[in-house]
Amino acid sequence: MTSELNKLTIAEASAKLRAREITATQLTRDCLDRIAAAEPKLHAFLTVTEKEALEQARAADARLAAGNAPALCGIPLGIKDIYATKGVRTTCASRILENFVPPFDATVIERLRSDGAVFVGKTNMDEFAMGSSTENSAFGTTTNPHDTARVAGGSSGGSAAAVAAHECLASLGTDTGGSIREPASFCGVVGIKPTYSRVSRFGVIAFASSLDQVGPFTKSVRDASILMRTLAGRDVRDSTCSARPVPDYENALTGDVKGLRIGVPREYFVEGMQPEVEKSVRAALKNYKSLGASTVEISLPHTGYAIAAYYLLATAEASANLARYDGIRYGLRVNAEDNIALYETTRAHGFGPEVKRRIMLGTFALSAGYYDAYYLKAQKVRTLIRKDFEHAFEKCDLIITPVAPTTAFKIGEKMNDPLTMYLSDIFTISVNLAGLPGMAMPCGYDANNLPIGMQLIAPPFAEETILRAGDAFERTGAFKPRTPAV
Amino acid sequence: MAETKITLEQVRHVARLARLELSASDEQRIRADMDEMLAYVDKLNELDTKDVAPTTQVGEAGTPMRDDEVTNRPDAEAMLANAPSRDRNYFKVPKIIE
Repeated sequence: MTSELNKLTIAEASAKLRAREITATQLTRDCLDRIAAAEPKLHAFLTVTEKEALEQARAADARLAAGNAPALCGIPLGIKDIYATKGVRTTCASRILENFVPPFDATVIERLRSDGAVFVGKTNMDEFAMGSSTENSAFGTTTNPHDTARVAGGSSGGSAAAVAAHECLASLGTDTGGSIREPASFCGVVGIKPTYSRVSRFGVIAFASSLDQVGPFTKSVRDASILMRTLAGRDVRDSTCSARPVPDYENALTGDVKGLRIGVPREYFVEGMQPEVEKSVRAALKNYKSLGASTVEISLPHTGYAIAAYYLLATAEASANLARYDGIRYGLRVNAEDNIALYETTRAHGFGPEVKRRIMLGTFALSAGYYDAYYLKAQKVRTLIRKDFEHAFEKCDLIITPVAPTTAFKIGEKMNDPLTMYLSDIFTISVNLAGLPGMAMPCGYDANNLPIGMQLIAPPFAEETILRAGDAFERTGAFKPRTPAV
Repeated sequence: MAETKITLEQVRHVARLARLELSASDEQRIRADMDEMLAYVDKLNELDTKDVAPTTQVGEAGTPMRDDEVTNRPDAEAMLANAPSRDRNYFKVPKIIE
């Protein structure tokens, strides 16, 4: 008999665990059984840590029995394979780190561990988080639980699919240009990219340091609030991490959005967008009005330049960050007659096509004679994009847009055209450039039964506004989650 | 057909800077991809940014200070566990000085 405790939210499971109605071991067992059944179709995980998870669950049960356990004690989580996890292989979905076992935990992993969370495994992703479909993983593509012929999104596709398919109660991803929000939207789950600097990135393998941010995938906005409380906050090992106090985000979930001014950017409802996506987001906006919020049309005039600026900045930063993979201290080494040749052959064998493409573009953008024309120009356009949002937030408290112009696309559909693939992040990339918090949450389905996501964007450190508004929408019951095919 | 944004020779130079060995077919493909991307990013030149300051960071200004304390004990074995090649407590590399 299967109890299907894996289908619970964190809030539900946590209440049952603390009331001793269920045990962390049962809950973890149900997640592991679900993983065993669904993985042949989904491939959301690169490593499943069954033995460790059951040990952690037993420890959590002991702690729960003693009373006063934190909310995340005994909660099974999936972790994107970009986080350093002590003693557990961490590949970043790359051949170059195929056998890398970190001797330390990322700060957020350490925090979750001390709360008593259970880690069921490491999830699939685009290699070094470079991609929008998880097709760039060196170890195979993750499929969408709603339609296995389609992508789960990326780069955190494994983390999104795992939560949508109830393989774990929640998961961690990272978001540099939409890598949490786009897969959350494609898989029909909640995904937050917090304000830049809100969450520590120590121990998170770097892609583009001025853009990368850590965040959770959950089944509800309330669960996202619970996780954010543990994830956010100062870390002395990450000098970019903010020292601002961390609120109890759950307190923000009042259900009250009366008087909230919601900005609707005209540049985000463009021709070529899937009509059902626009219809669904507009219906959600109508819902907010009936709850007492108001909507105001705003303009983010430099939206059309975001992808161009992003691909220069992100690739430039990536080319520097990935210079460390040289085959000397860890990772793959392919021997050659001298050191330079060793670096060159190691990197040729270790990196996949998309990573090479980006290292090349980034190196070029930073190279002598081209820096001003490309990198510096992009940094200046970034300022214009940032100012667009500053002006917009004089007129509104929150911005609502679609997450992506379409629902999940077919596997293989965009693989031969990098630029078309990059364009699927058109609505999420500006948020990273401006360093703002953004959340994706499901708001409907298209005719093919594929989830549609809306994006809620707030000023820096206004995660509470996003969570309050997202939770209020959930409470209306306007969105009814459907069971995924897998 | 638009002008070529990057030549094969430039691609080889950049690959050398990036310490990336490219096969002949890699070079062709990457040149074409870079060409397309560079033509696309040209749209940034539609914007006058003469008086715009560049954004280098979006986080809070300043670098926080912390006490200079040892928080991790030396553990050569853990640090060397991932070494592709080692000799006792050293990383081993091909000879670089004659």
